[in-house]
Amino acid sequence: MKLELRGITKRFGALVANDHIDLVVKSGEIHSLLGENGAGKSTLMNVLYGLYSADEGEILLDDVVQNFKGPGDAMAAGIGMVHQHFMLIPVFTVAENVVLGHEPTGALDTLDLEAARKLVREISDRFGFDIDPDALVEDLPVGAQQRVEIIKALARDAKVLVLDEPTAVLTPQETDELMAIMKGLAKAGTSIVFITHKLREVQAVADRITVIRLGAVVGDAKPTDSASTLATMMVGRAVDLDVKKHSPKKGDAGLTVTNLTVVGDRHNKVVDDVSFTVHAGEVLAIAGVQGNGQTELAEALVGLRDVTGGKIVLGKLDITDSTVREVIDAGVGYIPEDRSKDGLVGDFTIAENFMVNRSYGPPFAKGLSIDFVNRARIADELITEYDVRTPSQTTLAKQLSGGNQQKVVVARELSRDLNLLIASQPTRGVDVGSIEFIHERIIATRDAGKPVVIISTELDEVSALADRIAVMYRGKIVGIVDATTSRETLGRMMAGATA
Amino acid sequence: MNNAVETPVVNRGNAVLKEILSGGATRALLSVVLGFVVGALFMVFSNEAFLTAAQYFTARPADSLAAAWTAIADGYSALFRGSIYNYAADDIVVAFRPLTETLRFAGPLIASGLGIALAFRVGLFNIGASGQLLFGALWATWISTRVSLPWGVHLVVAALVAILASAAYAAVVGFLKARTGAHEVIVTIMMNYIAAGILTYFFRTPELLREVDGGGTPKSDAPAETAQLPYLLGDQYTLHWGFILAIVGVFAYWWIMERSTMGYRFRMVGHNPDAARTAGINVERTFMIAMAVSGAFVGLAAVNQALGARAGMTPDIDGTIGFDAITVALLGSSTAPGVLLAGLLFGAFKAGAPAMQVIGLSPEITGVVQGFIVLFIAAPPLVRAIFRLPPPQKSTVVADWWRSLVTKGGRK
Repeated sequence: MKLELRGITKRFGALVANDHIDLVVKSGEIHSLLGENGAGKSTLMNVLYGLYSADEGEILLDDVVQNFKGPGDAMAAGIGMVHQHFMLIPVFTVAENVVLGHEPTGALDTLDLEAARKLVREISDRFGFDIDPDALVEDLPVGAQQRVEIIKALARDAKVLVLDEPTAVLTPQETDELMAIMKGLAKAGTSIVFITHKLREVQAVADRITVIRLGAVVGDAKPTDSASTLATMMVGRAVDLDVKKHSPKKGDAGLTVTNLTVVGDRHNKVVDDVSFTVHAGEVLAIAGVQGNGQTELAEALVGLRDVTGGKIVLGKLDITDSTVREVIDAGVGYIPEDRSKDGLVGDFTIAENFMVNRSYGPPFAKGLSIDFVNRARIADELITEYDVRTPSQTTLAKQLSGGNQQKVVVARELSRDLNLLIASQPTRGVDVGSIEFIHERIIATRDAGKPVVIISTELDEVSALADRIAVMYRGKIVGIVDATTSRETLGRMMAGATA
Repeated sequence: MNNAVETPVVNRGNAVLKEILSGGATRALLSVVLGFVVGALFMVFSNEAFLTAAQYFTARPADSLAAAWTAIADGYSALFRGSIYNYAADDIVVAFRPLTETLRFAGPLIASGLGIALAFRVGLFNIGASGQLLFGALWATWISTRVSLPWGVHLVVAALVAILASAAYAAVVGFLKARTGAHEVIVTIMMNYIAAGILTYFFRTPELLREVDGGGTPKSDAPAETAQLPYLLGDQYTLHWGFILAIVGVFAYWWIMERSTMGYRFRMVGHNPDAARTAGINVERTFMIAMAVSGAFVGLAAVNQALGARAGMTPDIDGTIGFDAITVALLGSSTAPGVLLAGLLFGAFKAGAPAMQVIGLSPEITGVVQGFIVLFIAAPPLVRAIFRLPPPQKSTVVADWWRSLVTKGGRK
């Protein structure tokens, strides 16, 4: 089925999220929508899926104008969508999930589970998905859950399949499998819209590429175009993906973690007997697919999560059972992975956000009162030094772009007198220009002789920053390897193989 | 490995509260205007002359309209005479009495409104102003009727004890929330009943606080003269120093919330408890401290009620202040100037109600107006939350209203 978007415009108040976007996806084509986070890709797809109504423009399927009032209409017209966060019921089986909402029924309106199983088996066999219809979704690995989502869409006769950042949660191997599936689907005639900001994947799988930036189409590209050409189109200027850095000047052990065990929210061991040492002047990256205990490890290090076993020693100071405030006062800088939830107070001004973890004494407090004069001065200094693009220091943090928000967090943490920096997904959802800046700052912190721990799911980021790489899988560190280790080896380790 | 199927947890109650409080001055002002319009309709439709004229409306509509206009004009001018300036009085002292009455009523409303507002800003629903007020008043009454102290000292001690008692009573709520996760709404409501019960028991028991030589009804003695809040403008007006305390409270509230690091942490926890925790703030302890400070402001209202009296007190000493405080905080967007103005407005309603009764209107109309004002402020986000509707894209009542006017027939 041919999909055409003509002049789609979507505004949110003064913000134009989509500005007259034209897009044509031919039948059986894998069309990649490439753009940075915040470029307007998801908004566009939500318009297509009937979740938002466009302010201007029209949607055509096989040259017929459509008028979607909601996702139901879009599905009925043959559009299927696999969201970044899966819409599956974990305690249901694959078959139950697939038919949910349009269940085949037998006599007396009972659920015809056999028909559902048959449907799943049929689709699974046709495209080589290898999915057991009776498996519980919660028991499946993430890659398989994603295939269930795809089956769900195909079971409703989707002719146009939208995949929103499908590889964000996958290991490199699972990503390769997904790409093979996409190619198979396209060959069978399904049109695929593949939303991503990862250049490598686009080059590997797309037939055609449309690049959008700041809500508007920048232009079309071919998969044979070089990565730097595509990156330049995405950000509007030439970017340097490699971070320039000297070899590390290692000092004493800065952070020593011994046999650390943390029990998670579901009473299972999420961090399992983890040991590592980070030296002063060194970056240790903790790589791994999202959800393998990295988040909990970071939270345990900064005191946000109770430690059930093992030890965390900062220099000579045991901080295993310290409170968050004690950890902060011991000089640990922390960039949390979810900045809008944990890193920033959206309704606070930038200046107010600079003092969230230093409200008890100088320079931000004078007795019981906030030191407004000092705060204003420091805020201006940090905004300049860290290149935060904002109208003023009294702008609310939530009004900034992702990259500038992250710079506020980075500025706050790096401007303190640190003995350790822990940065979790430091550039997630950040524009390429800001990525470069943040990376430089992290390396500068290392070069100032501080131990640095980076937790990242992006292999590019890991290889750009790390001196050594520890790979986590199911709560354990499967190995600590040199930064020069190949992508393939790291990929295998992220799937549980030892180095 | 289940991270991928988790859904984000949204604290619905908190989001609603945030939206109600973010309405700002325009929404508050519009709500007040709309409240008065609804009040006017009640006056018209309960007016005999209008109802009579309406029976021959088609024949002579002007009669109905004139009657309606007279009803509204009479009603609101009575409210004005009763609450601001009695232009019908012969004597300048009498003419200004309504205004002083408004201020007298406004004192405890402002003070307790500040307490509720502070809790709101920290993300807590303190529904317990009534209980906190009663508990503070109980101990103020104990000091003022059962303890003899020299002039000056007596009043200060009684006031401090009231404030501390109210603060402690509220802190219990914060403690239970921090330790057990008990929801503050349930706990504060239950503690209202407990406080009311304790106070009645004290006022009924001769060995405790019952009026010396009193009868069977629960009633206390009048506060000793040394413990009474002095009249502010001499003996011709009953306005006492409690109002000044409330004004001091407004400044204290402003300083705490806008200038102090403690208020900064309160606001941080209110806006984003996760970020606060990550920044090293002990969120549970902040809840406890905030509840205590919230209770201390309610304690100022207790001082007003217990030490402003010149006669013996009954267990309904809190009147409707406990719940009016919530409406004052909501109408005032939980800001210092907002609560001051909202408290004055509701004080005026209380002072003006009797004057409306004099001209034959039911005094409950002011209560209806008061209720509608808060309804107009709180309803849009509440209605959306109940029916799980998406927020409007530019979420202000005024913007929606304008949009519907401008595009005639609403959005497509």
